[in-house]
Amino acid sequence: MGRCSTFALYLRLVWYGFRKHAAYRAAAVAGAFTNTVFGVLRAYVLIALWTARPGLGGYDLTDAVTFSFLSQAYIGPMQVFGGGLDIPQRIRSGDIALDLVRPASLQLWNLSEDLGRAACLFLIRSVVPVVAGALLFGILLPDDVVTWAAFLTSFVLGVVVSFGWRYLVAVATCWVIDDRGLSVMSMILTTFFSGLMVPLVIFPGGLGTLARALPWAAMVQVPTDVYLGKTSLVDALAFQVSWAVVLLGAGAAVTAAARRKVVIQGG
Amino acid sequence: MVRTYVLLVWTWTRAAAQYPLSFTLMTLGGMVLGGLDVAVIWVIFTNTTTLGGFGLSEVMFLYGAACLSFATADLLFGNVDRISQHIRAGTFDTMLIRPVSPFVQMATDRFVPYRAGRVVQGAVILAIALSHLDVPGDRVWMIPVMVLSGIVIFTAVWVLGSAVQFLLTDAPDLTNSLTSGGATLTQYPLSVYSADLVRGVTFVLPLAFVNWQPGLYVLGREDPSGLPYWLRFLSPAAAAAMALVAALAWRTGIRHYRSTGS
Repeated sequence: MGRCSTFALYLRLVWYGFRKHAAYRAAAVAGAFTNTVFGVLRAYVLIALWTARPGLGGYDLTDAVTFSFLSQAYIGPMQVFGGGLDIPQRIRSGDIALDLVRPASLQLWNLSEDLGRAACLFLIRSVVPVVAGALLFGILLPDDVVTWAAFLTSFVLGVVVSFGWRYLVAVATCWVIDDRGLSVMSMILTTFFSGLMVPLVIFPGGLGTLARALPWAAMVQVPTDVYLGKTSLVDALAFQVSWAVVLLGAGAAVTAAARRKVVIQGG
Repeated sequence: MVRTYVLLVWTWTRAAAQYPLSFTLMTLGGMVLGGLDVAVIWVIFTNTTTLGGFGLSEVMFLYGAACLSFATADLLFGNVDRISQHIRAGTFDTMLIRPVSPFVQMATDRFVPYRAGRVVQGAVILAIALSHLDVPGDRVWMIPVMVLSGIVIFTAVWVLGSAVQFLLTDAPDLTNSLTSGGATLTQYPLSVYSADLVRGVTFVLPLAFVNWQPGLYVLGREDPSGLPYWLRFLSPAAAAAMALVAALAWRTGIRHYRSTGS
């Protein structure tokens, strides 16, 4: 297969991922509604906190409210609660053997579909909570193109880091078979250390420093800081790119190990 | 009805016990997941001494009470929200022809005993919070009344949300925004929310009676939103009203149910 047609294949997979999720519109709209409800509830808690402590963590009240709604907007595309890949199911059913012998990388194949999924859920699930937040509370809306472009880049990188992590968790099913324990652990780490529940800027001392260095920060905290203009753009993107490289690299290594394991089991 | 419920619960529990490792992991996972909410409250209180006019022990008291009620309702009846799956798969028809109430069958469907972990967690937080608060002896009676009313209110919310799925079969997540949204809302003192939202959850969807109004009585606090004093004794009435509405909605749903035909 030539390089050009390989690229076309992955592009087509992105499109398939998009279409697959566009088919579940009603569920996604309901998800957008849920995200909006939670955005409103979180916003009130953060407003209470920032009224007591104005300027906490370098955010003002509007920044904090903006954070609540943006973080809810990431849940769909970045799949913050985990899942989104059908690898664990395919490992349990044995179909994964088929995926591993395809003349295309399992990881890139899934990444392509996942990007399509993220694009679709961005349109259905992310726009609603942010618009609702803007109408109900008033949120910060950057007025220059550069910030929007930077945010979009950081958002896509957030999706890639999220995929890198979820892919590792999914392929680990090869070794543990029952993936539920792993998914719960992954969900705990991601929801807490991404900043989804409370912004990482208010985590105390060492815990805050640790949380901001871990890969999950690349998913919610960093894109939001880029949006709010709270961070140096180069640092933010470099942080996300490094974690993306590390996680995708680990994913490739684990895939190679999984391929050997499947062969040993006789497929 | 109770006997059938207990029998079905026991059956599903034995089924779950066939996988002891998964069972243990899920129980622990559920507790850690619940612990995250506590961690969030802790992070907030490393930055401030009061939230919405309430201190850490008071917030933990409100959180523990809400968590205990919610987790118990979830454990006993939470699975009714799986109804849209059964409607879509056509398996709800099977339940209708069995000689057992479809509500009991739905409530026990794939009953997951590990949710008991969260019940324990809520009870522990409530107990710790109470040990830090000086609740006068003549107000303690309200605590069991509050928890029981809370269980009934949350169960009714679940049933209402599930009854809606008869209409909106494709959108089970809406029930989630009612149930989990209600659980999240009641974790914090209602004084953090806007006056309109507080009135809404007092007079329309009475979540304020889960822990807030009776909690104000236990804590001996003025209502920051200035609502009448006697409201704090109305939790049982609110629970009864919610139960009635939910039962009617469920019945209406079943009466108008049309099989997918698959």
